Amino acid sequence: MDSSRRDFLRLAASTLGLSFAVPGLDLRAAEARGAERAKSFLTIWLGGGQSQLESWDPHPGTRIGGEVSSIKTTIPGLEIADLYPQSAEQLHHLSVIRSMVSKEGDHERASYILHTGYRPEPTLVHPSIGSIAIHEQPNAAVEIPQFVSLGDANFPPRGGFLGDRFDAYRIINPGETGQNIKALVDQDRQGRRLKSLGVVSQSFMQGRRAKVEQTLHQHTIDAALRMMTSEQLNAFSIEQEPKQLRAAYGDNAFGRGCLVARRLIEVGLRSLEVSLQGFDTHAKNHEGQAARARTLDPALATLLKDLVDRDLLQSTIVLVTGEFGRTPNINPLGGRDHWPNGFSCLLGGGGLSSGLVIGETDPEGEAKQPKDPIEVADLYATILHRLGVDYAKEVITPIGRPMKFCAGQPIERFL
Amino acid sequence: MNRRRTLITAIAPLLVVVGVFVLVASAARSPIKSIRPEKVTESVVDSAEVETIVHRIDRLFSDRWHEAGLEPAVPAVDLTLYRRLSLVLLGTVPSLEEIRLFESDGSPDRIDRWTDRMLSDRRFADYFARRFSRFFVGTDEGQFVVFRRDRFWAWLGNQFHENRPYDAIVRSMIADRGLWTDKPAVNFVAAVVTEGVVDHNKLAGRTARAFLGQRIDCAQCHNHPFADWKQAQFEGLAACYGQLNISGVGVEDNNDKKDKPPYLIQDRLTLNDRNVEPSVPFHPEWMPETGKTRERLAAWVTHPDNRRFDRAIVNRVWGLMFGRPWIQPVDDLPNPNEAGSDPQDLLDLIGADFRSHGCDLKRLIRTIAATRVFRTSSQHSAFDEGDNSDRVEETWAAFPLTRLRPEQVIGSMLQASSIKTVDQNSHWTIRAVRFFRELDFVKEYGDLGDDELTERAGTIPQALLRMNSNFAAEWTKSTIFSAAGRIAGMAPDDDACLDTCFLVCLTRHPTREERSVILKQLEGTKKDERSRVVEDLFWTLFNAPEFCWEH
Repeated sequence: MDSSRRDFLRLAASTLGLSFAVPGLDLRAAEARGAERAKSFLTIWLGGGQSQLESWDPHPGTRIGGEVSSIKTTIPGLEIADLYPQSAEQLHHLSVIRSMVSKEGDHERASYILHTGYRPEPTLVHPSIGSIAIHEQPNAAVEIPQFVSLGDANFPPRGGFLGDRFDAYRIINPGETGQNIKALVDQDRQGRRLKSLGVVSQSFMQGRRAKVEQTLHQHTIDAALRMMTSEQLNAFSIEQEPKQLRAAYGDNAFGRGCLVARRLIEVGLRSLEVSLQGFDTHAKNHEGQAARARTLDPALATLLKDLVDRDLLQSTIVLVTGEFGRTPNINPLGGRDHWPNGFSCLLGGGGLSSGLVIGETDPEGEAKQPKDPIEVADLYATILHRLGVDYAKEVITPIGRPMKFCAGQPIERFL
Repeated sequence: MNRRRTLITAIAPLLVVVGVFVLVASAARSPIKSIRPEKVTESVVDSAEVETIVHRIDRLFSDRWHEAGLEPAVPAVDLTLYRRLSLVLLGTVPSLEEIRLFESDGSPDRIDRWTDRMLSDRRFADYFARRFSRFFVGTDEGQFVVFRRDRFWAWLGNQFHENRPYDAIVRSMIADRGLWTDKPAVNFVAAVVTEGVVDHNKLAGRTARAFLGQRIDCAQCHNHPFADWKQAQFEGLAACYGQLNISGVGVEDNNDKKDKPPYLIQDRLTLNDRNVEPSVPFHPEWMPETGKTRERLAAWVTHPDNRRFDRAIVNRVWGLMFGRPWIQPVDDLPNPNEAGSDPQDLLDLIGADFRSHGCDLKRLIRTIAATRVFRTSSQHSAFDEGDNSDRVEETWAAFPLTRLRPEQVIGSMLQASSIKTVDQNSHWTIRAVRFFRELDFVKEYGDLGDDELTERAGTIPQALLRMNSNFAAEWTKSTIFSAAGRIAGMAPDDDACLDTCFLVCLTRHPTREERSVILKQLEGTKKDERSRVVEDLFWTLFNAPEFCWEH
């Protein structure tokens, strides 16, 4: 009980107090570019499970290949599905892992492991990697939430045992400022409301001062009020962006989300997720994956180009993944089912090696395991390490059980 | 995922029709009186007996306070107690209608009688069913086809309403057979089905945690680091569910014949399959030798000598009532003293009483609600001075301040926006609004998952939701139906107007300080302007820490 209270106060000081008490302290850092800029971590989440065979790991002309053909990319010798022509031109900025393995084939459980690096446990909720990043490296200059999830994700990243404060703040419709940001009434009435609130809060303090302060209730309200009037909120809207660029990202929720993500990175956010749903193609797999690719391809390619143009890619780790891949076998409905044994992801930026192609799946679809399998925990140890976070740091969870941020080891080839 | 959503979308209109039909049918069948008796005629238990156990608990605490050299907080005033009980038992603040009735009841034992009244209110059964469901079946979405949370809620609510003995409820959950719709208790096992596969480990872990207050899950992979659970004990418990069979006809057991399929698990070291026989982690003599394995397990879990069972439910109910369990985490209790029940141990003390009175849940709640510790104020001079505040908290010398659950916050906002009580007698549209709005709100406010008794601070999105959302706009709005509108229009004078707003939202009268500041805002206002002041006041009260925290 005692230690949790101390944690509480420490957190109050570090996350709420600091970040909101001294806004704009370090604006120059947010403006910095190149490798010196503090690192951000951006996940492009492909909800439902993107098919590796219709994206980064095609096997055209084989029993399992489906209707896809392959095209060359800017990584010598690497071919990907023809559904991603624009991304193929930008792929040298990233690396491809074709041998991701996990043990979860259910959407909810698999999303958990792909967000946290841990399998779900009944007695503990692990924090997502993005939450760990803002827990360890809060940016004092940010007045808006430190971790933002853009798009209608089914399983948005959570702070788990670190606390709800480290949950991703959700923007369901990217391009809009976000839910509940605008005060309901004009300034005069808002003033009256807050004045009365001060009086009512004071009466509640009587005989409870220490306890009420621990609730952080007033801190949270102050932080919310500061956010409601922060100039940084502008980062959530894209009206000031050139029309051409907006069109290149794509005039849809996901395209807008990627553009907003870039703007938030410029403000100094450390953790972001943009999600695109609809990859769960149990029937008509090819059509479904192709339709999603038409949204993902231009947005991803434009984002990478935009980050490079603004010299932000060296400081932004980009991970493109879903909760699992899809089966080599095509089912009678022309669909592919869930497949956690050898799926693909893209990783790069932030000073990680680019141009790598890791792992190999069986073109005949016979082998259960890919060559050179990569565990999720190792992927995240790599990312945390590159962010400058001590990935193996042991924290004491609320139930008193010590737990490492990440149980994996960094993948040397990326460093 | 998408297919499931499509299915749900497709049948949603049908569900609404069925829902309306059920509501209408049930309203027709049961006259209002039978649902909510106007007066509770007699207490189910002999009140003198309850007194004894209450006195023993009180003595335990006064000894502790004396030992620690601490003065406990003064008793809370009745209105505070009333709000506390209403939030704990019904999940909302009391309505103005109820507060007026309560205030007009001048008898000294009114808190006892109003506790009884709440316990026989259907809202209690439904609200507690929701809370219990969290640790019985978890909060994962589950597979809609084989798992019906709604049926489970309704079933559990019925059990609580009828006050069926708790051990019998648990036996049903562990051992019942049949369809998840027809025999809703089987949803306890159906909840762990993923992609058609039964997760025996999850069932074993949940059985130990939910019913016995023991976390032996970690023994799934290795021996427990500090408790004495061994991997073999966990595997044996999981094997008790090994003959479980889930198919189109529901939850069944394979025949306990010689040719039953063995329960195999893969050894983590050798990767070979091993056959594991059902067993229990302690006191095997409590397990009957004959019968279906799940029935034998159910008998063992609820065996009269299995004090873990009693201690677990006492700790759980204590946690629900104080917002903080007696022992944290709520499902990882120290082993009971093997030598016998220890009257100096709170869980043993109340647990023994619970068992000797037929595992009566309402009696358990009534007992805790009658204790001095439940009825103390949350104010204590130590919290202002700051010196002894930790010790006051550790010894429960003041009622703990805990954050309301999202359901309680929304339930309270919704109740406060109406003068009349929102309950099963409300118009079905109001109840439907409440049901769906509650789901939306909880989703946006952040669901606490199964682990709801862990203490957490609020978040910025929650503050924004309370301040700026359309929920907030809707429930502070002054209309001819809303509390804000009716108070603004009908209160005879400024004083009454202010007083009523405070009663509706905070279940108390305003202080002199509050009066002096806020009355000025009301002074001389009429019609629209007055409505706006009252709307603003509602907003203020909804955002006050006092509204959002149990105290």
